[in-house]
Amino acid sequence: MGRYLRSLGAFWSSSLAMELEYPLNALIELLSVLGNLAGSVVVLALFYGRGHGLGGWSWDEALVVLGIYTLLDGFTSTLLQPNLGAIVNHVRTGSLDFVLLKPIDSQFWLSARSFSPWGLPGVLAGLALIGLATRWAGASPALPTLLGAGLLLLCSALILYSLWFVLAATSIWFVKVWNATEVLRSTLVAGRFPVSAYPPALRTLFTLVLPVAFLTTVPAEAILGRATPPWVLASLGMALLSLTLSRALWRHALRYYTSASS
Amino acid sequence: MKRSLRLARVLLSVQYAYMLEYRAEIALWALSGLLPLIMLALWSGAGAAADLSLSPAELRRYFLAAFVVRQFTVVWVIHIFEEDALQGRLSPYLLQPLHPFWRYLAAHIAEQATRVPFVLAIVLAVWLLGAGASGWPPPSTWLLGLLVTILAFLLRFLLQSVITMACFWSERAAALERLLLIPYLFLSGLVAPLEAFPPGLRRLALATPFPSMVDFPARLLSGAEVDLLGGLFTMAAWTVLLLPLFLLLWRAGLRRYAAMGA
Repeated sequence: MGRYLRSLGAFWSSSLAMELEYPLNALIELLSVLGNLAGSVVVLALFYGRGHGLGGWSWDEALVVLGIYTLLDGFTSTLLQPNLGAIVNHVRTGSLDFVLLKPIDSQFWLSARSFSPWGLPGVLAGLALIGLATRWAGASPALPTLLGAGLLLLCSALILYSLWFVLAATSIWFVKVWNATEVLRSTLVAGRFPVSAYPPALRTLFTLVLPVAFLTTVPAEAILGRATPPWVLASLGMALLSLTLSRALWRHALRYYTSASS
Repeated sequence: MKRSLRLARVLLSVQYAYMLEYRAEIALWALSGLLPLIMLALWSGAGAAADLSLSPAELRRYFLAAFVVRQFTVVWVIHIFEEDALQGRLSPYLLQPLHPFWRYLAAHIAEQATRVPFVLAIVLAVWLLGAGASGWPPPSTWLLGLLVTILAFLLRFLLQSVITMACFWSERAAALERLLLIPYLFLSGLVAPLEAFPPGLRRLALATPFPSMVDFPARLLSGAEVDLLGGLFTMAAWTVLLLPLFLLLWRAGLRRYAAMGA
């Protein structure tokens, strides 16, 4: 355990040093987070401005969902994109060989090697929006509620990680899927809005197949103090299941890895 | 003239063969453009269509058309150029008596040709699911729409090429594309028909080149009423503005190009 923590420190400080070579990117990312947030709020306003609303959620409550989406998007840019987006290249160029030879778990190395500070503005903006919108919505969550919501947010981060990892791991078989993860990112855009705003068929799809509901809607309900035990349990189960699946798939995939010597 | 034709044929057929290798990936890419369909689900669920003076059938046609336009206007030249410039692959291209961007343009066109069957399948599926009672606009309308879609693609390619020139000055210029994507996403008509915008925002959107890239061709495709000459004029005006800018930046950039890598 200590070895893993020490490695993590070394990994992240070295990637931080590398990323800081490009200070202008900080500005670009900041602008991009603010621009995306402003755009999403405008789109939400288009729905609410006409008094229709989305799936029975009030304006402030819908902003909480948007905040969670922004937070998760920042998490994606910080950890998932730089690490899991690189797996395909490791497979294609054969540098996965070196990863497998290291005396450390290969899934851990591949998932935690890089750290990009440029996702942090998204994380901060997301947290700020969640806090503000919760207050505006008139909810004042007590400590247990906050802890529960934190747990559910952790679940959604784990689900998101597993989805990314599973897609990236399939590159062992289909070497050229460097954009498979982009597909995921663009489909998860659906999580900007509460899942109840979608027609029933899509709602089922977004709950069972592509768990967008667990990513943003369920944690938002928890923060607003509306969590129900079945959803909380389902969210925990989904996180556990997807994490186990990602682990099992990786072990299975490695048996098919033949390196890229030719 | 004869040389150019032969050159175009060779470039396109080489790139098409190359893209066919990636067809599984391109199928995934096609899925990544589902945003207009997700937005269609939201808009029809919100019952907001009535306020927009659009019937539900018109709304469905609009977003389906926007989906098609989005599929055939995907541009990734900045990513491939950044990679080529960083890895030194640009150097041999520069030695050839052909502007390297013709090669990229051919790659994009070939990729779109590979995309056709997937897009047709998705459009057909949505058409069947959404009860095609509303009828399809007459061939003359949608043929014109497809033609304008190609123009929209060229305009978007040109705009991204201008931004791409930043690769000569920075190693991480592809990050700029994230900024460019924001107005494209929110102002082009991908997430909402422009009628839904408040008047001020709509004027702002119309002052940018982005509505020409989705809204205008999508309206033509869906058989809505459009100011054809005005729209074409706007596209031409943006081209006249951007093309010299691109050539100027290209010449300035080449002088800085240091042939990194190989």
